[in-house]
Amino acid sequence: MRYAMAIDTKKCVGCSDCVVACQTENNVPIGYCRDWVVEITDGTYPQLEIEIRSERCNHCENSPCVRCCPTGASHYEDGGIVTVTHNKCIGCGACIVSCPYDARYSHPEGYVDKCTFCLHRIKKGQQPACVEVCPTKCMYFGDLDDPNSDVSKMLKKRKYKTLIPEAGTKPHVYYLI
Amino acid sequence: MREEIIISGRLNPNIDPHLEIWHWHIPLYLFLGGLAAGILFFASLYTVLGQENKFRGAVRRAPIIVPFLLIIGLAALFLDLRHKLYFWQLYTTIKIQSPMSWGAWTLMAVTPLSFAWAAIHIREFFPQWDWKFSILKELEKLLVKYKLYMAWIILFFSVILGIYTGILFSAFNARPLWNTSILGPLFLTSGLSAGAAVIILFSKRKGERINFAKIDIMLIGIELFLIVHMFMGFLASTEVQIEAANLFLGGPYTASFWIFVVVLGMILPAILEFLEIRKFHIPTVIPVVLVLFGSLMLRFIIAYAGQISRWLY
Repeated sequence: MRYAMAIDTKKCVGCSDCVVACQTENNVPIGYCRDWVVEITDGTYPQLEIEIRSERCNHCENSPCVRCCPTGASHYEDGGIVTVTHNKCIGCGACIVSCPYDARYSHPEGYVDKCTFCLHRIKKGQQPACVEVCPTKCMYFGDLDDPNSDVSKMLKKRKYKTLIPEAGTKPHVYYLI
Repeated sequence: MREEIIISGRLNPNIDPHLEIWHWHIPLYLFLGGLAAGILFFASLYTVLGQENKFRGAVRRAPIIVPFLLIIGLAALFLDLRHKLYFWQLYTTIKIQSPMSWGAWTLMAVTPLSFAWAAIHIREFFPQWDWKFSILKELEKLLVKYKLYMAWIILFFSVILGIYTGILFSAFNARPLWNTSILGPLFLTSGLSAGAAVIILFSKRKGERINFAKIDIMLIGIELFLIVHMFMGFLASTEVQIEAANLFLGGPYTASFWIFVVVLGMILPAILEFLEIRKFHIPTVIPVVLVLFGSLMLRFIIAYAGQISRWLY
């Protein structure tokens, strides 16, 4: 089982509902975020292109954060989801430094926090909060090993990219382009 | 004109607008750890070579400060932790892939050894020293008896300690400036150079001081070579590493790096040490302080500049 997310950059309008849903669902402290929206305007006027991306931890298959964690607090859960065991984390910051996507932050309580793909919801058979709440339905979540999952079907049908593939991290968040 | 405007909604403290999660604690520790490694390396090396009496400053005198350096360094590391009460989790596992993990274990081995080494040489400073309790006297006898074995172990761990301070950074592929294997040897050489400088300060014999001045000049030469080599590597690499090198070649860290680290911390002390060897009268403390300053600045600048350097996407 390999959980992954596909996000349609053509459908995303950058409303930030996913950000608010995540903050509410996961009690993310005020002033912090586990997911965020990036808007990129590229080109020569008047030929401009806009890409809007909802970004989060990429739950990389070759995670630098898991590799560099000195205590094993950062680890892979079933399905390749990267999570942090709070009472094993010493707050050294190595994983924050190691992430090329800067997807982790230091929680005010001391441990390092990040997106968990809403593991607690997945275990109950639900979708991650951001996917559930998206008003344009631009996010797809599921198992890459299941050809009938939403994410597998979208990746079969559409062109996609991952972020900084050259960093060798093998991200599990795909952007449909 | 082609333009690219990136607007990110992320504003996590210490991450945005650029990473600054590691402050003064880490570079200070890396400096103290490297310096401790340098002193211990020469102390154990000359013991193993059987030249203890010829190099008393290196073997018996300078190592007295190592336990203090390591304690201050460890205190800085502890202060840097944000989930302090869980620090013991470091010692529940050994993760070979994590330099921080095996660095923590190396410190666990080196710190008590440095205390033992300082303890058996304490009479160098306090000739009347008495351990008072018979168990301590017995322990001292035992340590003195096995001193040569201890020297071999310290020799091994001092190299690991010195090189790990650089590997700690180079293991982070996310920070292009750090992601070069040159940093390990560079920090090791810088630590050895700082160690040699401190030994010069502690040495009472002119011959020993000259010997370490020569060693220091050689080490500074190696450091300069490694720095040039590092930039050559960056400039011949990918765009992110070229950008990382440009932090020092015209970017915001250009003046501080070349003036404080290279000129004041390496070239000037090497010249002063050379003049000293040529029998010019130079106050010993000047090149020593310059070398230590350069070594400290190298770590501070690499630590801070590395956190600015990042992948573009």
